Amino acid sequence: MITMKDLEIIKKNTLPKIALRHNDTKEDESVFKKQVLICRGTGCTSSKSDKIEKKFRNILDEKGMTEDVDVVRTGCFGLCEAGPVVVVYPEGTFYSHIDLEDVETIVDSDLTNNEVVKDLLYKGAIEDDVIKAIDEVQFYAKQERIALKNCGMIDPECIEEYIAYDGYVALYKALTEMTPDEVTAEMKESGLRGRGGGGFPAGLKWEFTANATGDIKYVLCNADEGDPGAFMDRSILEGDPHSVIEAMELAGYAIGSEQGYVYIRAEYPIAVQRLQIAIDQAKERGLLGKNIFGTGFNFDLEIRLGAGAFVCGEETALIASIEGERGMPRNKPPFPANKGLWQKPTLINNVETYANVPQIIRKGAKWFKTYGTEGSPGTKVFALGGKVNNTGLVEIPMGTTLREVVYDIGGGIPGGKKFKAVQTGGPSGGCITADDIDTPIDFENLSAMGSMMGSGGMIVMDEETCMVDIARFYLDFTVEESCGKCTPCREGTKRMLELLEKISEGKGTMADLKRLESLAETIKISSLCGLGQTAPNPVLSTMKYFREEYEAHVKDKKCPAGVCQELLEFHITDNCIGCTKCARNCPVNCIDGKVKEKHIINTEACIKCGNCQTVCPVGAVIKR
Amino acid sequence: MRNVNLTIDGINVTVPENYTILQAAATVGINIPALCYEPGLEIVSACRLCIVEVEGVNKLQTSCSIVVQDGMVVNTETEKIKNARKDILQLLLDNHPNDCLTCQKAGECLLQDAAYKYGVVFREHDGARKAGKVFDNSSPYIIKNDTKCILCGKCVRTCAEVSDRQVLTFANRGFDTKIAADANMSLEESTCVSCNRCVAVCPVGALLDRRFSGKARTWEGQVEEVQCKVCEYGCMFEVLSKNGKRVAVRAKKPIVGRPLCLKGRMTTEFLYLDNPDTTYKKVDGKFVEASWEETMGLEGILEKLLKQNENEKIESEEK
Amino acid sequence: MEFKFDMEANKEKLQKLDKFIEKRKTKKGALMEVLHEAQHMFGYLPIEVQQKISKGLGIPLAEVYGVVTFYAQFTLIPKGQYEIGVCLGTACYVKGSQKVVDVISEDLDLAVGSTTKDGKFSLTATRCIGACGLAPVMTINEDVYGRLQPDEVKDIINKYKTGELPIVED
Repeated sequence: MITMKDLEIIKKNTLPKIALRHNDTKEDESVFKKQVLICRGTGCTSSKSDKIEKKFRNILDEKGMTEDVDVVRTGCFGLCEAGPVVVVYPEGTFYSHIDLEDVETIVDSDLTNNEVVKDLLYKGAIEDDVIKAIDEVQFYAKQERIALKNCGMIDPECIEEYIAYDGYVALYKALTEMTPDEVTAEMKESGLRGRGGGGFPAGLKWEFTANATGDIKYVLCNADEGDPGAFMDRSILEGDPHSVIEAMELAGYAIGSEQGYVYIRAEYPIAVQRLQIAIDQAKERGLLGKNIFGTGFNFDLEIRLGAGAFVCGEETALIASIEGERGMPRNKPPFPANKGLWQKPTLINNVETYANVPQIIRKGAKWFKTYGTEGSPGTKVFALGGKVNNTGLVEIPMGTTLREVVYDIGGGIPGGKKFKAVQTGGPSGGCITADDIDTPIDFENLSAMGSMMGSGGMIVMDEETCMVDIARFYLDFTVEESCGKCTPCREGTKRMLELLEKISEGKGTMADLKRLESLAETIKISSLCGLGQTAPNPVLSTMKYFREEYEAHVKDKKCPAGVCQELLEFHITDNCIGCTKCARNCPVNCIDGKVKEKHIINTEACIKCGNCQTVCPVGAVIKR
Repeated sequence: MRNVNLTIDGINVTVPENYTILQAAATVGINIPALCYEPGLEIVSACRLCIVEVEGVNKLQTSCSIVVQDGMVVNTETEKIKNARKDILQLLLDNHPNDCLTCQKAGECLLQDAAYKYGVVFREHDGARKAGKVFDNSSPYIIKNDTKCILCGKCVRTCAEVSDRQVLTFANRGFDTKIAADANMSLEESTCVSCNRCVAVCPVGALLDRRFSGKARTWEGQVEEVQCKVCEYGCMFEVLSKNGKRVAVRAKKPIVGRPLCLKGRMTTEFLYLDNPDTTYKKVDGKFVEASWEETMGLEGILEKLLKQNENEKIESEEK
Repeated sequence: MEFKFDMEANKEKLQKLDKFIEKRKTKKGALMEVLHEAQHMFGYLPIEVQQKISKGLGIPLAEVYGVVTFYAQFTLIPKGQYEIGVCLGTACYVKGSQKVVDVISEDLDLAVGSTTKDGKFSLTATRCIGACGLAPVMTINEDVYGRLQPDEVKDIINKYKTGELPIVED
């Protein structure tokens, strides 16, 4: 049986090993001189950070430096654009885009002679020859890390490091000093809202489930993150799996449950593996299982894998899937809090929601509420992507403006292009335009703008993004992922997609726009589950803010952003030098012109193959 | 059970507290259209046609699933609801063949009724329709036509009610969802036992009784209800007559304790019909012609009865 | 295309599957786990395997089939030796991954969701694999290719055709 004393001993023994990584501990307490942190999240691992880690270990081993220099595998640092990322402590030197060949250089220079390899530094980590530590880099400066606190800081496969950062202290505190009702009350008081989409107050959910009658109850974690472009839940599980385990145990204690399940996408192999390791380690230490901390509290945790169905992120569909059935949502009521998994009262929260819980219990609701806004306390993790310089994970206090996210943290739009909109909430959300770029981000404001928080995908779009095409993209996703149970979503989204395809091919009519709106409304008000009800949002929102773009496709048969292939025409500008290359390469001979004179494309005959544009030596062929 | 008072379309209604809005409305003659609702089967709220407005509740509610509450004020035919129902019906018709003229179900098809009520018509369009193998006439008892299927799932639910049965399932997902027998087999290859429970609950012409097909329109002739004599359940069947001739027997809906079976239906045919068709039995996944003795499970019994009669006759003659 | 499942050649694996099922007979909701394992063993879920699972877990075949066809990861046809996945998540899509799909489709005469006749390649359009920083991204089995240009895709595929790739490590 584990005791608080054991936790303290683990912490004491581990602190010297991690001392270099945080500022408040003196370096001389550290057992190492240098520590190399290597991001082993999915993004960096995809660009071979696993091999980089191995090479560091091998070289250090060969050179007999392992006593002084420690190599740590961590979860995601957030700035995926810079991957593979390597950070050297105590300085916090931030190396980006590291290749295998760079490893030796870093070892010889930085790790041996304390000389920073300036060429390999992240571009934002050096300004006027002054080197900035990772936490001073602009990308991180405006962020506030609660859910991602340990991500990129600890080795996720090492429970001792989690404990050293006060892990499982909240669980101890709850089990020994608080009643289950007090835990629930603290959660309610914190105002934490579900981070998976709807933003329902988590504490209320806990209370409903705690009050539901039933001898057996379940705690579920929704890790079926499926919004295209969103990966915060994956990063948390990869970088700090114990925070989720601890939170689920707290939930189990609060609602009276002894069994939890984490439902996770099978597409996340690294997260699955790390979580399993974490569960095993927690069991081994007696932090999961029977009689935890000798309090008589039992809790067991099991992983259940999805199999590629976006709809399983909907809580009733997730339950059906854990039960081994087709993941089709069930009508509510009854709500899972009363009748959930195997008809028993069930609490479901998503990964990011849980990741906040241990700190709320440990530091108190009051502390949590010092972050964020009144209606939306705390922070939110966004997966920033699309046309933005710094793609990656960002955690910001609620109430931060979009401008701060896109320009300060995201570093603006590549190529100096014009900001057009941001899409949040994935296939259930909508877009926020330049007009609203200074609106503080929270649940209410996003809904009011016709978007939603969603699980946190944030895709930046510039002037070269066609909003009809984006709506079509999301509808295509919804059609593919609709479960097929209810009529409006099954039949209706397909018809909406057909209409959008027609419009983007220049065959749409004004009547089609009207039909699109009517269908969107019907699907929104009559679909069975949240996914169906929100499926028309990308269309409604783009039609609201970019109606003129739709009308341009319909009336003028033009795609202003130059995306919709069928509507594009190739033209030759005055830059043409009359080399005849285009005319010679045109498969349908639709380009006329004399040598050394400007050529002209007969757009009627043109098949839009793009050959002319590819072969033109002076870039005189344009699409418009 | 306690009673509950509520208002539906301005009418005061008093019903037991466990009634749904749909059931409560029916007690005062308000028929809310519903395609996937079937008394006795699990409520799934999939067709979404039965949506109503409940005052004080933001979202539309499905009347098949929401239980009445004291003081509830329900509106079942507002403009908002009518428009949504029209759109939903249009979506169903857009993916449904325009062949009501020859459809055996015409006259008792719920989709037809609802389309009539809301004035929704078939229209030309070049969008997608259900793809793949859609017509299964491998069984002499059931015609399965997936093009007409509206995926209400009643057949799947009623099939699963009989333990160890569950032949029908939803397969694929989204727009490609369909009803499949076992692992996408024909009814002949599958483990289907032709009990026709699914046929009895299908609201459209997707599952039809093949032996009834072509014999009479649903509104023609007389219907006579009879009780099956084969076993103690005593399932109900309908005998249909046209021009004074009894032409077909079909199963009434199964209810708890009345499972329906092929033997019962065939025996009822044999007893009541003037000229019953040939019967078939399944042998190794193939339908083959069967004698009536086989179909009714009377092999050996008849000879024994005949012999006994003979003996009795001889005995009485001897006396 | 028809792929015939050879019961005899897969005898050992089938026995292994039997044991796997046996251990989970009483476990609630074990079907998904068993299907994952079976697909891992055979590469796909032929009807014969579904029947075995149905019998082993005491779940009607119809239900097994219903579940198999609901989830995108379960497949009724074998995957190719090299499984090409092109991410069509938002970030990749915005950065032109559709073009990558088109190039592969044309080069291998292979529709999305199918397998080449020689069983060498199969092509899937995947949902976001989370490597958005590398968009557009393609995976071939374990190998990940990021920041792709459509014109380099053919070369990469060619290397798999000729056996130059993948690099097999010890």
